Amino acid sequence: MPGKLKVKIVAGRHLPVMDRASDLTDAFVEVKFGNTTFKTDVYPKSLNPQWNSEWFKFEVDDEDLQDEPLQITVLDHDTYSANDAIGKVYIDIDPLLYSEAATVISGWFPIYDTIHGIRGEINVVVKVDLFNDLNRFRQSSCGVKFFCTTSIPKCYRAVIIHGFVEELVVNEDPEYQWIDRIRTPRASNEARQRLISLMSGELQRKIGLKVLEMRGNAVVGYLQCFDLEGESGLVVRAIGTACTLDKLSSPAAFLPACNSPSKEMKESPLVHPPSHGCRSTHNSPIHTATGSRLTQNFSVSVPTLIYTGMGSGSAGKEGGPFKALLRQQTQSALEQREFPFFTLTAFPPGFLVHVGGVVSARSVKLLDRIHNPDEPETRDAWWAEIRQEIKSHAKALGCHAVVGYSESTSICEEVCILSASGTAAVLNPRFLQDGTVEGCLEQRLEENLPAGCGFCHIPYDELNMPFPAHLTYCYNCRKQKVPDVLFTTIDLPTDATVIGKGCLIQARLCRLKKKAQAEANATAISNLLPFMEYEVHTQLMNKLKLKGMNALFGLRIQITVGENMLMGLASATGVYLAALPTPGGIQIAGKTPNDGSYEQHISHMQKKINDTIAKNKELYEINPPEISEEIIGSPIPEPRQRSRLLRSQSESSDEVTELDLSHGKKDAFVLEIDDTDAMEDVHSLLTDVPPPSGFYSCNTEIMPGINNWTSEIQMFTSVRVIRLSSLNLTNHALNKNFNDLCENLLKSLYFKLRSMIPCCLCHVNFTVSLPEDELIQVTVTAVAITFDKNQALQTTKAHVEKSLQRASTDNEELLQFPLELCSDSLPSHPFPPAKEHLESASSNSGIPAAQRATSVDYSSFADRCSSWIELIKLKAQTIRRGSIKTTVTVEKTSPMGEGNFRNRSAAPCANSTVGVVKMTPLSFIPGAKITKYLGIINMFFIRETTSLREEGGVSGFLHAFIAEVFAMVRAHVAALGGNAVVSYIMKQCVFMENPNKNQAQCLINVSGDAVVFARESELEVVSTQQPAANCQPACTGGEVTT
Amino acid sequence: MTSELDIFVGNTTLIDEDVYRLWLDGYSVGDAVALRVRSGILEQTGATAAVLQSDTMDHYRTFHMLERLLHAPPKLLHQLIYQIPPSRQALLIERYYAFDEAFVREVLGKKLSKGTKKDLDDISTKTGITLKSCRRQFDNFKRVFKVVEEMRGSLVDNVQQHFLLSDRLARDYAAIVFFANNRFETGKKKLQYLSFGDFAFCAELMIQNWTLGAVDSQVDDMDMDLDKEFLQDLKELKVLVADKDLLDLHKSLVCTALRGKLGVFSEMEANFKNLSRGLVNVATKLTHNKDVRDLFVDLVEKFVEPCRSDHWPLSDVRLFLNQYSASVHSLDGFRHQALWDRYMGTLRGCLLRLYHD
Repeated sequence: MPGKLKVKIVAGRHLPVMDRASDLTDAFVEVKFGNTTFKTDVYPKSLNPQWNSEWFKFEVDDEDLQDEPLQITVLDHDTYSANDAIGKVYIDIDPLLYSEAATVISGWFPIYDTIHGIRGEINVVVKVDLFNDLNRFRQSSCGVKFFCTTSIPKCYRAVIIHGFVEELVVNEDPEYQWIDRIRTPRASNEARQRLISLMSGELQRKIGLKVLEMRGNAVVGYLQCFDLEGESGLVVRAIGTACTLDKLSSPAAFLPACNSPSKEMKESPLVHPPSHGCRSTHNSPIHTATGSRLTQNFSVSVPTLIYTGMGSGSAGKEGGPFKALLRQQTQSALEQREFPFFTLTAFPPGFLVHVGGVVSARSVKLLDRIHNPDEPETRDAWWAEIRQEIKSHAKALGCHAVVGYSESTSICEEVCILSASGTAAVLNPRFLQDGTVEGCLEQRLEENLPAGCGFCHIPYDELNMPFPAHLTYCYNCRKQKVPDVLFTTIDLPTDATVIGKGCLIQARLCRLKKKAQAEANATAISNLLPFMEYEVHTQLMNKLKLKGMNALFGLRIQITVGENMLMGLASATGVYLAALPTPGGIQIAGKTPNDGSYEQHISHMQKKINDTIAKNKELYEINPPEISEEIIGSPIPEPRQRSRLLRSQSESSDEVTELDLSHGKKDAFVLEIDDTDAMEDVHSLLTDVPPPSGFYSCNTEIMPGINNWTSEIQMFTSVRVIRLSSLNLTNHALNKNFNDLCENLLKSLYFKLRSMIPCCLCHVNFTVSLPEDELIQVTVTAVAITFDKNQALQTTKAHVEKSLQRASTDNEELLQFPLELCSDSLPSHPFPPAKEHLESASSNSGIPAAQRATSVDYSSFADRCSSWIELIKLKAQTIRRGSIKTTVTVEKTSPMGEGNFRNRSAAPCANSTVGVVKMTPLSFIPGAKITKYLGIINMFFIRETTSLREEGGVSGFLHAFIAEVFAMVRAHVAALGGNAVVSYIMKQCVFMENPNKNQAQCLINVSGDAVVFARESELEVVSTQQPAANCQPACTGGEVTT
Repeated sequence: MTSELDIFVGNTTLIDEDVYRLWLDGYSVGDAVALRVRSGILEQTGATAAVLQSDTMDHYRTFHMLERLLHAPPKLLHQLIYQIPPSRQALLIERYYAFDEAFVREVLGKKLSKGTKKDLDDISTKTGITLKSCRRQFDNFKRVFKVVEEMRGSLVDNVQQHFLLSDRLARDYAAIVFFANNRFETGKKKLQYLSFGDFAFCAELMIQNWTLGAVDSQVDDMDMDLDKEFLQDLKELKVLVADKDLLDLHKSLVCTALRGKLGVFSEMEANFKNLSRGLVNVATKLTHNKDVRDLFVDLVEKFVEPCRSDHWPLSDVRLFLNQYSASVHSLDGFRHQALWDRYMGTLRGCLLRLYHD
């Protein structure tokens, strides 16, 4: 009997009137946990009852403690008839189960009813006495900490990052059980809420067990989702990254702790291998699940990139023994794992060595009833298949790991699209296993690396590139190859050198499809998917070029399936990475060159495009330093050093000349306008309006180029549903409607938040769903953060100077590194600088790599695919002429360099009012420091109404419900003793209406981490580098180098 | 493409003051959008009319949802659904309970009943205030009235405590409640020149001196009802005008004191008896409810108008009233000095306030 749960019901307030005659209520409370129920006395005739109950004690297994929610029901006593329920409160007691989190849950909770919404509040105190149980075979995993945050939480240090954990549980959906026909909507909703609560508890416990097995103590980047499969059941699944975390005990410890990773950061570039690549392979494995209806397995597998001899061989060849060794080490560390995936999007410094590009996989399945909930093998197998796919894509990119990994589904009737995506990467093995090379790391402390470009270097071998890409030498260090464009699903690494500011880039796309049943439907969807992915990529690429930028972070592509259409929405944050080449412009080519007026039209368009690019460059302050031929090798005055420099570069000197021949500095990306569709595409490119001045937006944690956040934040959710006129729907009209919907939504947000200017919308998260035939629903959650414009200027200036200084130091340090290479102990040199070859780089590129990457190996698809691949080639293959100058960028001269990120000055702190609970989708609170994590918040609510008109129609209904959800989240956080929710996410918002019956129903699932934060000014300022905005340990790390 | 649903929910509830004002003023969403367009907001922000429409709808919906809480402002402070900074909460409440001068003059002293509510149409037409706004203001008056009606303790404090209003606004509401309770007539043509401020001023003096609360602070309704015993006692003042000797003596005392100091001395001397009769008769009639209601009409008829027709300057009125009240203390045969002071002290204040064009 390992735990005792104690509950006390103190009081209620603002209760609804339940007795019309007296205008009062005779309330009492039922407290239920597992199968045990206690009741308070009836507190007669009051809307503000004071029960002040005794402590109700439940003696329970810790397994139950993890699975079961505490269920509190407030009722109105009725002498003659059945007692009426006023509402319920579910309390997840998980946060009380691990030592460092909350010790007591105490506070006012909104009493919630699925039909009436919030009806008053109840004051409850909950405590848990836990007895340690060392039973090896135990089924519980109390003590494993869960974090939604997709980076190492602020007050912890990652000792080991173990890797991927996943689990799923299935059950029948109560809404679809036979009994649902005879019970009230309220009973059915409550059954569902309770079931999901139970399932999430169970899921979390099971994941915890896996973590314990891996000897971890925490799950970071925990993402739990529900699949409402309708008739076929309810799936709750979760993924996360198992870690061993060390608590940083005092604020003082904070700094040193952060530093230690920073050493590695310096080290890792040293180590570094050829890295990077930008490209997303997307290929869609398309499967139709075997349903029982299908006689034979009807599996359209799209596979996959066929690559020739990959990675390690070539690395070994060039790299010498050290690298090979390290690579081996890393690989073996990773290969032990079934899936070397990480749900993290931001990493301790040095963890991420190189980034290969986006990998994604999709699969179309037919849902079938889950016959045995205890063995959810089918669903498991589906996901295993997709993960395998992702893993092989990553391998093809010369990467042994996938970071920023996430999974999602889209369900319509019996068809389900499973998607997974992530960023292929090469990781530093140091975090991945026990018994690390701590010693070497210490040694490395003094060394420095071309920080800020290492992760861009291609990880694959350019002789065997998985896809044709256009490689150049890194504009930062000049030593390694980089691709011309980089797509990733992660946040911008803190040490990345960025020029100018970033911006939100979206690709939006709709495709009509015929209504069909079962397999036919699945096939139709499978056939459409590759085209959609291709177009989404093209759009992203075009828009990126139009912005004058060369990299995408936080890329999230969502494909939604509806009855008669598919929607694709990709969001990412575009930036200009200093290490990557300047993007070329966009060139328009007409099909019929002899037609005069047509020509004129084309040239007009061309001009417009050029103007837009120029305007955008100005808007986002993209002015990369001009590279002049003379200053090769960065500013190094001393001859001694120069000679070293030469030495270090000698290896690649031949290639430099080759490079010269093969590349244009300004390669243009050609858009061929061969039909009206293409014309419209170009037009739509130009219709995206930039945010009004003073506004920026991004979908990553922080905005590159803005570093002085002030403390005002406003998290919001906005939902829009439009009804398409069903007549003559064409793809074109559909695209336009969808595009307008998104653009108007953004415009509305800018308008609403105009009082916060200057401000930035961060973590803008769009979700599209197709609730009915002609309805499109878009849900956006984001946070607006104010920043100080003036302060920005000052710091920028300061940093320019600083970074200039630093550039020279960095170089010196850099130069020493070849020498040390030899003297260092083996394990620290995983990937030596590889020799660069340029031949392949000269091939055509600029094509969204993905399409070409997919060389298709299955028959039915092959023809079509190859034909579209050809098409793409035609379209994209362009005049890539001109030469790249063989000069070296002055390192870190960019004004917006990393330095900025690190040195955010402590934001002026604003008044914090009592009782305010902040919510943010980010992992930090600007101008404040998180002092404690109190546990995960994971809540699921259903709201239903049969008086839709009376509640203000659909808008009134949903507005009130979302406000109530926020309120319940805040109340739970406050009861845990917290004052904020970070990494907040609304994972699901399923809205269904039936205006004719005056009914509507909505399901919302939210999660986040409850935390305690303190304003920086309230703390003794530990260090100025504990930046408001960029709290990853990384940022402090960087500071050490200066 | 039509928008079925369009909402924005912030963790901190966004309040747009301008839209709030339009909502309070009772404009429909359409009118509000038109007014906002006219204000030039589109040019300033580069927004489109559709954006403005959606924004306005959204704010209106928020206000509509908040309205229920505004009916009991302490609920707004303790509720958990809308996170609103305290300064904004105060603004919401204060603006919600603010009223239009034109409107309050129409209903001041009227019974806050359904009957009056039916007249709101006419009031709306007359004042140009939207019917919706009239309803809100009327309902506010009525709500405050109902809540504080039977409470003990100071009226202003009660209003402030239960509606969290500023001191200024709470005092105004105390006056409105007091007038509504005593049904003072304020609508007569003669009284049209008086502002709400004039009445509120008088109400405050009367609450302080003429109600039960003025003598005993532990009674229910203490600030709402006039002290019946006091009104009864006022009959005793009759002697001041009924007894001819006393009246003459009073007159001579006043005239002696004011000779040479008053610009309108001769007019005063000629009118003294009329004025004094007027003021004392008002006092003696206050036992009848009907006459209580007509208090202001009487004061204007019996005192303000005669003086005004003789062009008394305000300073002379003040000198006269001071002397008129003070001289009574020298009347040996008169025994109700305290009663006189309680009556005349307040009346003097009121008269001075009422005396203007």
